[in-house]
Amino acid sequence: MYKNLFIIVILAGLGILLGRFLLTHHENTSLPELPAYYTDNADHEVGAANVVTAVVVTYRGFDTLGEVTILFVAASLIAMFLKNGLVRKERDPRPSSVILSTAQKLLFPLIVLFGVYVFANGHLTPGGGFQGGAIIATGFLLLLMANPQAEFKHGLFNSIESISGISYVVIGILGAILGLGFLDNRFLPLGHLGRLFSAGAIPVIYSLIGLKVGAELSNILHHLNEVQNEE
Amino acid sequence: MEYISLQNIGLVTGFLLILTGLYGALTNKNILRIIVSFTIFDAGLNLVIVALSYMKGRVAPIIDKTTGIHHLSDKFVDPVPQALVLTSIVIGVGVTGVMLTYALKMFKTRQSLDIKDFKETKW
Repeated sequence: MYKNLFIIVILAGLGILLGRFLLTHHENTSLPELPAYYTDNADHEVGAANVVTAVVVTYRGFDTLGEVTILFVAASLIAMFLKNGLVRKERDPRPSSVILSTAQKLLFPLIVLFGVYVFANGHLTPGGGFQGGAIIATGFLLLLMANPQAEFKHGLFNSIESISGISYVVIGILGAILGLGFLDNRFLPLGHLGRLFSAGAIPVIYSLIGLKVGAELSNILHHLNEVQNEE
Repeated sequence: MEYISLQNIGLVTGFLLILTGLYGALTNKNILRIIVSFTIFDAGLNLVIVALSYMKGRVAPIIDKTTGIHHLSDKFVDPVPQALVLTSIVIGVGVTGVMLTYALKMFKTRQSLDIKDFKETKW
């Protein structure tokens, strides 16, 4: 009884707090100083048409390195928890329907291609490494749904992940040596604003992040799927 | 009528999602339902942060032919909250994956997903 009262008090308190904020706040009419600097200078300093990408990969690139690390730690934790004592059980599941397996064969390459498109154009259009990687992982999810017994080449996925992670850090250090600071994208030519090969190292960094995130999320999906094949 | 703006619609939806997620996390006994509640809370929080950066009459911060490259800080919405939410979504995915893995492990040890069956860490 006290517990229910406690929950009601917490929810009502938070609701009143949020409601008061809603009634008293005002929409901004101009950008604060820092975002105004980012939007005004992203085109000639970074050369990326997508200002959000310029902020994520260059201005706040160190945060993104931390973000990639967090995802890596999560994937390693999941692998560690689910890898113990894996004994494969011979299952004979009902084969998936013709529609699903045919559609999977047709759609899988297209989904992976779309993911590559999204992360390769991250500096020009909405999208980027994390989104492209997530799209590639949905392709592998479709593969696992059509064929739950599918075997992934773990070695290949792990090497893709490690190589792209190391290359990301190496490019960051190259930026410090050849450019102005860690993760500076200007050691490669900035090119013409809006072209595919522009914005210095941003397309390279975002492609590496896309490969890394795609491999990590596919590995997580495969580990979670493997559980039902265990004894 | 002055309260009905695109920003307030986004804020109210986000606040309702946050309250729904908190209610679900506090009242449910099944671990999977608690995890789903946390993801709802997460979605509401991200929606609120993006809605706060919205400004009437401005466009998404992507340079193209219609925006030109001059006086961009008068045409674009704030890109920083959008970059933060990008980070937050990715971390949310990682945390959800780890929570689901814990739930799987807990189910393997007790054959149950009810938090009433796990009393060792209760104080």
